[in-house]
Amino acid sequence: MDIFIQQLINGLVLGSIYALVALGYTMVYGILELINFAHGEVTMIGAMVALAVIGALLGASPELPGLMVVLAGVLVAVPACMALAFVIEKVAYRPLRKAPRLAPLITAIGVSIILQNAAMLIWGRGYISFPAILPQGRHDILGASVTDLQIAIVGLSILCMLGLVFLVERTRLGRAMRATAQSREVAELMGVNVNTVISATFVIGAALAAVAGVMVSAYYGLAHYYMGFLLGLKAFSAAVLGGIGNIAGAVLGGMLLGIIEALGAGYIGDLTGGFLGSHYQDVFAFMVLILVLVFRPSGLLGERVANRA
Amino acid sequence: MRIGQSSAIFLVLIGLLAGCGEEKAATDGTDVVRIGSVAPLTGAQSHIGKDNDNGARLAIEEINAAGLTLGGKPVKLELVSEDDAADPKTATNVAQKLVDRGVVAVIGHLNSGTTIPASKIYHDAGIPQISPSATATAYTAQGYATAYRVMANDAQQGKALGQYAVVKLDARRIAIIDDRTAYGQGLADEFEKAAVAAGATVVAREYTSDKATDFTAILTSIKGKAPDLVFFGGMDPQGGPMAQQMQRLGLAARLLGGDGLQNINFIKLAGADAEGVVASSPGLPLEAMPGGAQFRQKFEARYGPIQVYAPYAYDAVNILVAAMRRADSAEPARVLAELPRTYHPGVTGPLKFDARGDTAGGAVTLYQVRNGTWAVLETVH
Repeated sequence: MDIFIQQLINGLVLGSIYALVALGYTMVYGILELINFAHGEVTMIGAMVALAVIGALLGASPELPGLMVVLAGVLVAVPACMALAFVIEKVAYRPLRKAPRLAPLITAIGVSIILQNAAMLIWGRGYISFPAILPQGRHDILGASVTDLQIAIVGLSILCMLGLVFLVERTRLGRAMRATAQSREVAELMGVNVNTVISATFVIGAALAAVAGVMVSAYYGLAHYYMGFLLGLKAFSAAVLGGIGNIAGAVLGGMLLGIIEALGAGYIGDLTGGFLGSHYQDVFAFMVLILVLVFRPSGLLGERVANRA
Repeated sequence: MRIGQSSAIFLVLIGLLAGCGEEKAATDGTDVVRIGSVAPLTGAQSHIGKDNDNGARLAIEEINAAGLTLGGKPVKLELVSEDDAADPKTATNVAQKLVDRGVVAVIGHLNSGTTIPASKIYHDAGIPQISPSATATAYTAQGYATAYRVMANDAQQGKALGQYAVVKLDARRIAIIDDRTAYGQGLADEFEKAAVAAGATVVAREYTSDKATDFTAILTSIKGKAPDLVFFGGMDPQGGPMAQQMQRLGLAARLLGGDGLQNINFIKLAGADAEGVVASSPGLPLEAMPGGAQFRQKFEARYGPIQVYAPYAYDAVNILVAAMRRADSAEPARVLAELPRTYHPGVTGPLKFDARGDTAGGAVTLYQVRNGTWAVLETVH
C-alpha cells in the first residue's frame, strides 16, 4: 500500500510539471489553433538561464542562502523566457498568421531546432548539474517518502494554475483572451487589440514554462540542451489528453499522464510477470492516450479540437 | 559547387601523388613503416582522444629513438593520426582511408561504438587492430583474427563487479537496472550472471533509457522489494539523478555501477548523494601500474596531464612492435601470426592476448566515492 501511495506521489510531482508546461501549449492553441512546438525549448532555456544565474551568484558569494539564489534564478529566467516568447511570436508566427496552417507548424519546429542548437553553443553539450543548495527535508506520509522540494513543486504548480485561472476568468486581459479565442474577427471589431492579446498569451505561457524548467532541473539535479524535447512532447500529449485549448483539461491531462507513467513503470513488470519491462512506461502512457482519443476525440474535457484540427 | 568538387578532386590527386612519393621515403636507406592511430580528436571527447593519440606517439618516438631493425634493415615508424569524432560513420571512413594509405596496423579506436564498425574494414584488409580502450564484448566476439584490445572487456568487468558485490559488499538481494544500450545492457547481463553464480538473488530487473531523468517509479517499485544493492548498467547522466532519487525515496541500498559512472561528472551530478557509491573501471589506477610513475613523468613532461587511456595506447604500440620484432617483419600477415604469442611487460601490467584477442586476465579496479572524489578500493584480476 505504501508503495502504491509512493507511486501516486511520484506521478503527482511529475504530472504537475507536465501540467505547467501543457498550459502553454493549450493557451496558444486555444487562441491561434497553433501547436507551438518551440514551447518545450522555452522551458529548457528557462532552466539554462536560471542555472547560469545560480552559478554566477554562487561563484560570487557561496554563502548566500540557497532558496534566495534559486529565487533570483527564477526571477531572471521568467522575464528572459517571456522576452524570448515575445520575439518568437513576432518573428516566426505573426508574419504567417494568414498563411496555411502547416506553415507556422513548420516554423515552430524550426524555432525549436534553432533554440536547441543555440543552447548547445552557449552552454555546451554536457549535462549541467543543479547545485544542491535547496533544503532537502524528507517527510513520511502514510509510509511514503515526500521531500520539501516535491511539496514545493506541487504547491507552486497549483499556485501558478490558480493564478492563470484568475487571470483568464477575472481580468480584462483574460476576457479579451477568451473573446479572441472565440472569434478573432469579432473581438477585433469590438475594439480588442488582438495582436497584444496574442503576444500576452505567448508571454504568459513562457513564464509558466520558465518556472517549470527551473523545477525540472532542481528536481532531477541537471539540465541539458536537449531536455526540452521530451518534456515538450509529454506536455503536448498531456494537453491533448485533457482536451487541447482547455485550461482545466491541460491540468487534468498533465496530472493523469504523470500518474499513469509512474504506475505503468512501477507495476507493468510485475503484472505481466516480466514479459513487459519498465522500459514500456512510455508505450503504456501513449496507449492510454490513444484509447482516450478513440472514445473521446476532443480529449477528456475538450471542446475546441474536434471542429478545428 | 562545381569549383568545390574539382578542387576536392585536385586535392585528392595531390594527396595521391604525395602518397606515392612518400611510399618509399627512404632518405637514408631506412624503411618507413606507417601505423595508424584513430580517436576522436574533435568534439566532446576530443580531450580523451588526443590523450590516446599522444600515448601512441610517445611510444613511437621512443622506439624510433632506440632504433628498430626488422629483417636486417633499419626501420623508422611513422604514426598516422586520424579523427573519427566518436562517430561510427566517420570511423569507417577514416579506417578505409588508413587502409588505402597502407598502414601496417592500427591503434584504435577509442569508443566501442566506433571500434566495432571499423574492425570489419581492418579485418577485410588483413591488418591488425589494437584498441586501447574499447570494452564492449562484441568487438572481439566477431571472430576477427585482426581485432585485439589491451583493456579488460565488459564481461570481465561485469564478472568482477558481480563477485565483488556478493563477496565483499555482502549483497544478498540485488536489483538491476540498465539503460538498454549495448554497453549498459551487456554490463548488467554479465553482472547478473556473476552475482547469481556467487549466491545472490536478483529481486528486480528494471529498465530505463539513456535519455531518461526520472527513475522514481522504478526505484519505488525496487524499494518495495527491499534489496540491499542496486546495480546500474549505464552512464553518469542517468546515474547522477538516480543516486539522488534513491536518497529522496529513502531507498537504503548501495548503488553500484561500471566505468560509465566512474568519472568526475557523476560526482558533480549526484552531489552529496554520490557519497559511498561504488563503481569499477577496467585496468589499474596509474599509481598501481608497474611502470605508472615513470610513464607519468615521461608523458607529462611532453604533453601535460594524462586524461585516462594514454598508458593503454602506449602499451598497444609497444606490444604491436614486440610482435613485429618476433616476426622480424612489419608485414601485417606475419605480425598477426605472432601477436597471439607475444608477451609484453607493459606499463599497465603484463600483457598477453587470449584466443579471442582480449587481454588475458585483464585487471578491473573498484573505486568508491569518499569526500567527493573516487578513492581506490581494490584491484581484482
